[in-house]
Amino acid sequence: MSAVDDVVTEGQAVEAVPKRAMTLGAGTSLTVLALLLVIPFFAKNFIIFQMTMLLIYGLAVLALNILTGGSGQFSLGQSAFYAIGAYTSAILMEQYDVNYALTLPVAGVLCFAAGFLFGQPALRLSGVYLALATFALATAMPQLLKLGFFEKWTGGVQGLVVTKPDPPFHLPISQDMWLYYFTLVITIAIYIFSVNLLRSRSGRAFMAIRDNEIAASAMGVDVALYKTLAFGVSAGITGVAGGLGAIAVQFVAPDSYTITLAIALFLGMVVGGVGWLPGSIVGSAFIIFVPNIAESISKGLSGAVFGVLLFLVIFLVPHGARQVAIVSQQMIGKFRKT
Amino acid sequence: MELFTNQILAGISTGAIYACMALAVVMIYQAIDHLNFAQGEMAMFSTFVSWQLMQWGIPYWWAFLLTLAFSFVAGIAIERILFKPLAKAPILTQVAGFIALFSIINSCAGLIWDFTIKQYPTPFGSAPFLGSQLISTHQAGMIGVTVLLLIALYIFFQYTRVGLAMRAAASLPESARLVGINTSWMIALGWGMAAGIGAIAGILIAPVVFLEPNMMGGVLIYGFAAAVLGGLTSPFGAVIGGFLVGIVENLAGTYIPGVGNELKLPIALALIITVLVVKPAGLFGRPIVKRV
Repeated sequence: MSAVDDVVTEGQAVEAVPKRAMTLGAGTSLTVLALLLVIPFFAKNFIIFQMTMLLIYGLAVLALNILTGGSGQFSLGQSAFYAIGAYTSAILMEQYDVNYALTLPVAGVLCFAAGFLFGQPALRLSGVYLALATFALATAMPQLLKLGFFEKWTGGVQGLVVTKPDPPFHLPISQDMWLYYFTLVITIAIYIFSVNLLRSRSGRAFMAIRDNEIAASAMGVDVALYKTLAFGVSAGITGVAGGLGAIAVQFVAPDSYTITLAIALFLGMVVGGVGWLPGSIVGSAFIIFVPNIAESISKGLSGAVFGVLLFLVIFLVPHGARQVAIVSQQMIGKFRKT
Repeated sequence: MELFTNQILAGISTGAIYACMALAVVMIYQAIDHLNFAQGEMAMFSTFVSWQLMQWGIPYWWAFLLTLAFSFVAGIAIERILFKPLAKAPILTQVAGFIALFSIINSCAGLIWDFTIKQYPTPFGSAPFLGSQLISTHQAGMIGVTVLLLIALYIFFQYTRVGLAMRAAASLPESARLVGINTSWMIALGWGMAAGIGAIAGILIAPVVFLEPNMMGGVLIYGFAAAVLGGLTSPFGAVIGGFLVGIVENLAGTYIPGVGNELKLPIALALIITVLVVKPAGLFGRPIVKRV
């Protein structure tokens, strides 16, 4: 075989998304925000709990979106970082009596470090090879958490029970509602941070790497630094989500953080639209509610119904919720002109 | 020393399972250029079909051939109906499609044949092979079939027109179309062949791991790992990778203290990643040079 055969002009694994298209307009953002603020007042506690989980998974999907949609790296290991975050929060709260709100930054920083370190060997890998490496991380994590050596802190297979925090200042709202608003504030803060990150110099570096790594390095982007940084930021946000998840579910156990979680987060990203940050919440809704819908349609065949629904979504909108948003924007535009 | 050789033998016999699966993974990778997460479930479904045929009184080898034909057709049908419309969709969306397919097949098999564990017959018998306790005649037969399959595939890809056309369609689709190759059908053919090889793998594996809808979960992971280790572009590498993974897994379980059955998989994967970090295209894969 000649050398020419080995040269392949490969299509991009992740399509280029212009950074303007990564966010929502001000009007839409405010409407969504208002809805998120008001709905809990008219909902039962269980629904509020589900909305809290919606925000938490939304954060985790957002984190993956920064990594894949932003810097073009693929990860099936998000569940591992989620687990580290959850365990950090749980252990600090239960074993060391740290206030729940203070455990989140610790979880975030710890996961940032873990992700940054994991990003170092991952630098040499891309595509399916990176997928395998991150996959290995995800399968190893539950086993590591079960190890006898850590049992003193992690509680081994049984896991840890986490107490739900009371609302501060004797506010007359339920614990669930307080936790919801607490999560909402953090989610909004991280969302704004992420949008600005992708608009910044670092964000442009991520996208340059995503679109063409060689070209990016030729233009002076420190590829190694920004790739590991993307891993770190993504892991950090996932860790915060994990910490919040532990507080909301009030329980951590090794088997809650298997590869299934990582796959769910991946599906959430695809359904929401890769590289479109607001889509994360849509993707999160998909992975929380669609399995329940599938179950209610048919108990025995819930897996098949879920698969069919997933196929329907990707057949109709291969680019996820982003496509819906773009199409509806164009329709509104036309409507205004006429 | 005897423990060591025994563990290597045991590793080779489990490795044969992984090698089989890895071969199927590489086949479809050659045809469609990505990993098919539903591959294991397709193999599992084919194995169930052959089991059902045998339950109806069809002899083993007839059931084998019928299943092969069924899998080939089903593989092509899946490609035509579900994945051809997605050909233009982003790659990550296609991966989501594989996950959906996985979920559908798994759930349907569970509904049709339920989740109880079933015995599966072997044509090779299960007596010790050449007096060794660690490797049975079935496992020896499995290694034999894997090697035969590998030789057949090698001949197909190197010396037949269709094999050449398939390779062309996978590596440079545009140029392949220009010389008159129907690339779209080549992909379908790849799916069919991968489903067929998957069926063979499933039928060979079933007597060892027993038949049930989740039988392929673990095997597929090792198959992927083996394929990636050997290099996704090389069927030969995939088979060697399969045996290596089997051996490494067994040795790690025996010699590294504190590694029970639970930690075998993470350690095997960690080793593979170490190899990949040194040799990113796998042991036998060709590095791909990209254009800017």
